[in-house]
Amino acid sequence: MKHSFLAVIALVLVAMLGAQVPGLKSVFGVVIPWLAFVIFLGGFAYRVLQWGKSPVPFRIPTTSGQGKSLDWIKQDKYDCPATGAQVIIRMILEIFAFRSLFKNTKSEVHSGPKLTYESSKWLWLAGITFHYCFLIIVLRHMRLFTNPMPAFIAALEFGDGFLQIGAPTVYITDLLFVLALSFLFLRRLVNAKVRYISFAADYFPLFLILSIGITGILMRYFVRVDVVSIKQLAVGLTTMSLPAADVMDKIGTMFFIHLFLVCTLMVYFPYSKLMHLGGIFLSPTRNLANNSRMVRHINPWNDLKIKPHSYAGYEDDFREYMVNAGLPVEKELPKASEPEA
Amino acid sequence: MAIPKAKELGVNVATEPSMMTGAIPKKHWMDNPVTFKPGNYCYPGKKSIVEYHSKSFPGLFGVPREWEVESDDWKLPENWQKIIFEGMKERLGKFRSFKIFMDCCVRCGACADKCHFFLGTGDPKNMPVLRAELIRSVYRNDFTAFGKLFGRVANAREMTFAVLKEWFMYFYQCTECRRCSVFCPYGIDTAEITMMARELLHLVGVNTNWILEPAANSNRTGNHLGLQPHTFKDNAEFLLDDIETATGIRINSLTFNRKGAEILFIIPSADVFAEPGIFTFMGYLLLFDHIGLDYTISTYASEGGNFGSFTNNELMKKLNGKMFAEAERIGAKWILGGECGHMWRVVHQYMDTMNGELRKTLEVPKSPITGTVFENAASSKMVHISEFTADLIKHGKLKIDKRRNDHRCVTFHDSCNPARGMGLIDEPRYILENVCNKFYEMPENTIREQTFCCGSGTGLNTGEIMELRMRGGLPRANAVKYVEEKHGVDMLSCVCAIDRATLLALMEYWNPNVGVCGVSELVGNALIMDGEQARETDLRGEPLAGMEG
Repeated sequence: MKHSFLAVIALVLVAMLGAQVPGLKSVFGVVIPWLAFVIFLGGFAYRVLQWGKSPVPFRIPTTSGQGKSLDWIKQDKYDCPATGAQVIIRMILEIFAFRSLFKNTKSEVHSGPKLTYESSKWLWLAGITFHYCFLIIVLRHMRLFTNPMPAFIAALEFGDGFLQIGAPTVYITDLLFVLALSFLFLRRLVNAKVRYISFAADYFPLFLILSIGITGILMRYFVRVDVVSIKQLAVGLTTMSLPAADVMDKIGTMFFIHLFLVCTLMVYFPYSKLMHLGGIFLSPTRNLANNSRMVRHINPWNDLKIKPHSYAGYEDDFREYMVNAGLPVEKELPKASEPEA
Repeated sequence: MAIPKAKELGVNVATEPSMMTGAIPKKHWMDNPVTFKPGNYCYPGKKSIVEYHSKSFPGLFGVPREWEVESDDWKLPENWQKIIFEGMKERLGKFRSFKIFMDCCVRCGACADKCHFFLGTGDPKNMPVLRAELIRSVYRNDFTAFGKLFGRVANAREMTFAVLKEWFMYFYQCTECRRCSVFCPYGIDTAEITMMARELLHLVGVNTNWILEPAANSNRTGNHLGLQPHTFKDNAEFLLDDIETATGIRINSLTFNRKGAEILFIIPSADVFAEPGIFTFMGYLLLFDHIGLDYTISTYASEGGNFGSFTNNELMKKLNGKMFAEAERIGAKWILGGECGHMWRVVHQYMDTMNGELRKTLEVPKSPITGTVFENAASSKMVHISEFTADLIKHGKLKIDKRRNDHRCVTFHDSCNPARGMGLIDEPRYILENVCNKFYEMPENTIREQTFCCGSGTGLNTGEIMELRMRGGLPRANAVKYVEEKHGVDMLSCVCAIDRATLLALMEYWNPNVGVCGVSELVGNALIMDGEQARETDLRGEPLAGMEG
């Protein structure tokens, strides 16, 4: 945890100081974002392709409900899908509703001994809140890159700010984002089991994303930055054109810190556990139909040389016993009167 | 190995300092090496047995040798670390599951308290996430940039002897039950990780005899106990006498290795020689006789359970291949499978993929009695006895007197593999509802896809680790106790042969008034056979309620 915290502080300092150095603004504002974006896309694609290179030899869905069986037995279609369409629904529920996590329970041992299990949805709630807020916030940021801004982003902004509190209007997602992340962080600290298994790779992204959120909120509500210049820079990034030097100078340092942290996240993403974003789509216990008795699934490296111990070999071993026990045999025993060859 | 009395262990589980009772280990888990002592490990494979497997699979089972688990010298090959590294690299390339499960865990901890071994031991390394980290840490060190750069800070560590010991300890404290994978938001399946780890352990000859010897027996004699053909037949036929005693009828429909039979019936072999499996077997025979089924049992393919699946995919395939090979040899139209857990994981999710080439003339299974076509087995041509029986009952083909199970108050244990590796959940329940009057479910978080393991699957059903098994089985036993106290349940039914052996020990320990039976035993009790005598006892020779004559 210590390492992760210090790493994020260091990143903040690098951006803070770097953005002061004349000439480095365009490095932090243009070069690094572009590099980070390329690394993110390239790395993400690379990782997914690497996974994809390994085949899925066996069809191993976790059947979390009744499978397709006799016509009159009700199948749990979305927990134990038998067709491609049902798998798609299972995956949609998994990806958009975190269905497996929703099933979470909390177990306790009491004297007796007595084990109890109760529904526990806090992790699910914080997890899904965080992810949706993140998504909406990323989409909202598209206003900076688009000119004119698409209608759906405007609608999203309006909805997000519908509480109409404060000026500028407070976004609900900003609040929930920080709340959910704080919960996830505190849970890691307070829950002994989770704390015991957590390490840098768990804390670093939490701190990093939280810092991105905090710097963003600071910029919007507390520290003035020049949004018009930022938009010029952002649109410039999409068209690969450098903004004028004075534009860069008008943008406050806080923005460069924010942007640098985002870049770090993009670079870090493909090589970290954050790749669960890609992994979930390829997870063989979730994205396969439970139909391995209905349709033959081919294992590309199936070794045809592996054959069962043959019946002939078995009978050779036990023929005499089999004959004596009245078991049918393929080859009779040699006649006793015949001389042995 | 003496183990504490249930009462004592019950107190220990709830009070001893463990992660389940709220104690937090002071040391980082990497600094907490394992110590083997009598009672916490299974005995290693005998040299002769490893030699036997090595003949079929050179290298896959390491170098055959005598070694001791408690010793600091496991007589590993000099380059054992390289073997593990190469083995891991090969498997990362062959199994997408392995690669993804190594990469995308976020350590959210949802799985932590889902494992029966964790619930019973409170040992942090039995949290599925940490069990996976045992191997993931080595993966990071050897295969990821972060691991190479940051080492320990990135939870990466080198493959050392201490790590190997840890693997041997904890990948043999996982029964591949998949309960954790139900809750994982990315579907990470510890069963898959354990399978990979065990394959790697085998490469350097780290193994257990309780798995390897039954696997060798299954290969050579057809069944895991090594019963030779005549003994197997005698054992099975002996049970015909018991059926006659209970019902007054002599069954003549049991045949072995008979060519031309319509159906090949394959059971877990324990059903022909061990209580209470033999009563399940009697239930099968009564059922088939009742409906006049044209079937045969093979002595060559007399083991449904696949001990190879506890070692590596190669041996799993080899043992499984007999099913198709034998069905083709005798010219059966399709295969019917008995009540068995791991057998069905293999049959359902692996068999057709592994051995589909061996099946040539088998036909899509069709019940000769009801005409039902089992579309769900259209390719693999193998039907589960519960599917088959449920269909018979639905079509009214069985004459049943439910009252013959009134002396039992029954609950049902979903075996891990049929539940989470197949989706066979409601078929046995439908049967139970139709053959007994008193059937009660255990609490909802302990049944169906959330069912708890018996605590002794995947070859852990061995006497030397009894305390561990009783701890691992505690969640299951505890749920049984709940219905015992609430409804007076005295019979725990299941569709798994390992369960019939392990739950028996588990119930004797935690709930001594509860028996264990297969679902088909209860079917056998309830069947009204043509020409039977007035039934006064069940198949176990125990008096029926209200029918004492």
